[in-house]
Amino acid sequence: MQYQSQMAAKPYFIAAILLFVGQIVFGLIMGLQYVIGDFLFPEIPFNVARMVHTNLLIVWLLFGFMGATYYLVPEEAETELHSTKLAYILFWIFLGAGVVTVLGYLLVPYATLARITGNEILPTMGREFLEQPTIIKIGLVLVILGFLYNTTITILKGRKTVVSWVLLLGLWGLAIFFLFAFYNPHNLVLDKYYWWWVVHLWVEGVWELIMGAILAFVLIKLTGVDREVVEKWLYVIIAMTLLTGIIGTGHHYYWIGTPEYWQWWGSIFSALEPIPFFMMVIFAFNMANKRRRQHPNKAAMLWAIGTPVMAFLGAGVWGFLHTLAPVNFYTHGSQITAAHGHMAFYGAYVMIVLAIISYAMPMLRGRAAANSDKSQVIEMWSFWLMTVSMVFITLFLTGAGILQIWLQRIGENPQSFMVVQEKISLFYWMREVAGVIFLIGLVLYVISFFIGGEERTAPAKA
Amino acid sequence: MQQTTALTAGKEDYPPGDFVIWIVIYAELLAFGIFFLSYAFARSQNVELFNASQLELNRTAGAINTLVLITSSYFVVRSIAAIRENLQKQAARWMWAAIGLGSIFIVIKLFEFYTKYDEGITLSSNTFYMFYLSMTFFHFMHVILGLVILTIMATKIRHGDYTAQEHDGMETGANYWHMVDLVWIILFPLVYVIR
Repeated sequence: MQYQSQMAAKPYFIAAILLFVGQIVFGLIMGLQYVIGDFLFPEIPFNVARMVHTNLLIVWLLFGFMGATYYLVPEEAETELHSTKLAYILFWIFLGAGVVTVLGYLLVPYATLARITGNEILPTMGREFLEQPTIIKIGLVLVILGFLYNTTITILKGRKTVVSWVLLLGLWGLAIFFLFAFYNPHNLVLDKYYWWWVVHLWVEGVWELIMGAILAFVLIKLTGVDREVVEKWLYVIIAMTLLTGIIGTGHHYYWIGTPEYWQWWGSIFSALEPIPFFMMVIFAFNMANKRRRQHPNKAAMLWAIGTPVMAFLGAGVWGFLHTLAPVNFYTHGSQITAAHGHMAFYGAYVMIVLAIISYAMPMLRGRAAANSDKSQVIEMWSFWLMTVSMVFITLFLTGAGILQIWLQRIGENPQSFMVVQEKISLFYWMREVAGVIFLIGLVLYVISFFIGGEERTAPAKA
Repeated sequence: MQQTTALTAGKEDYPPGDFVIWIVIYAELLAFGIFFLSYAFARSQNVELFNASQLELNRTAGAINTLVLITSSYFVVRSIAAIRENLQKQAARWMWAAIGLGSIFIVIKLFEFYTKYDEGITLSSNTFYMFYLSMTFFHFMHVILGLVILTIMATKIRHGDYTAQEHDGMETGANYWHMVDLVWIILFPLVYVIR
């Protein structure tokens, strides 16, 4: 670690991992509710568990992105952070708001939460992923603005690199598109139309820039490859991401009341969305092959290489599976969507955050370059356990989805939703087992950081 | 796009330009290719409509634009030939001529778009027009980006940034412009002519 202010990343990373554990616990709860409907009812109904599961995911990834930014920016800009104090203050505000929100979901009925937080003054609640009370959303905007101010000033006063510009572009995009969360028209078509500007343009647009920048940073550090080569790749990846991702939003506009041309636009452009992910795979392997040093943090390298591969599979391949309008006509809102959502989020965003935590945390905790070999072995086990169980979660959900579509929508005697759910429960049981293994992997990930042993010091020359 | 460092420096000059531009070109061709395939598929579902709507296009404007764009590409070739001889002034002149023709393409295309707009044609008029407007507009945006790249190159020639030994950046930009040209050479007959 070269700059003292990089320490600001530490609490963000710790909070991210803790909330990640929470997310998985709620995932397991609702996974069980799929097969035992009244499990934990009425304390934690399914809709609440789902809300907590998805909201925690987004919040912990934001913590991860912020931590990554605080770690990466001083090193890229070659200067201390503009204000470390602001970073710590915003951390506690953000964490407080997050915890209060989740407690609100769990302790009071959602309608009551809406009432006591004054939702009727500026109604923004009640929409998937944007369930947070309006006042929390405003707080989130303030936190992100403070965070952007802090990092933008730092970059402006220091060395300007492509990596930090791309990261900044992604983060500003994240903030700007979130503003559409406050636009809540009465017309349901318009509502959905702009709702996707937050949801899609985040994960299939600006978040990809954040991911690309973090991946580039980690790979530069781990492989010692020339910055110029990495930057060139970044340019192309960004161009393709924006080219395909922005109009690719159209794959959410089928049959919701938007003009018919969206079926073509959405199909064509989103069919190309795997390309930037595929480029990231080539990029990562290229860098690994050209590496000039043998970095002692092998676990971080594993995460960095695994990220684009899983992102390509989850976001690229599983996305393409149901992105064409004629296919989506049948698969819309089925378990295929859930399968894609799980692997895409894991591959693209969970793994990139774990990659940078894996790279940075040993140094944030006062080690020279990496954890001990013993610790890294455990961490690599956690990589494989989580990744392989996620592959199985995805496969089981895909199986459930195919069967669901067949029984409910295509077969000769279409059956009702609940009857079909009963019939595919075996897949849900298997998914739950895979989920437990995922949790074990995650626990091992946490444990790995507390394993001592002799640490390797300086990066050995290859 | 200030980067002119070549991965290919010191190696044979094939493929010309920066390696990364070729990845961009393949990705772009793939994007247009999928558009063309979708067009062919949609047309096969409704040949009569496509044939009828096709007759309403201004084929003369399309043909002139084809000539304009091919000539512009040729001028870029001349510009690079000039820089290989270290003739900066001539290279700049050819480059500006190429930009001039590219701009004529833009004007003619805008005229075509305006006529269709005036006739009340929109993306929702019918499937043919959805494709016509989408593909030509998508290509139109590429021409604009290409013109920006050519203009940067023209100013860099003037500043003496390119020489007979080092003009990799020019080759890279030229590749992009030829790609824009190539796409139009397929797009024009496919959408305006073939029945």
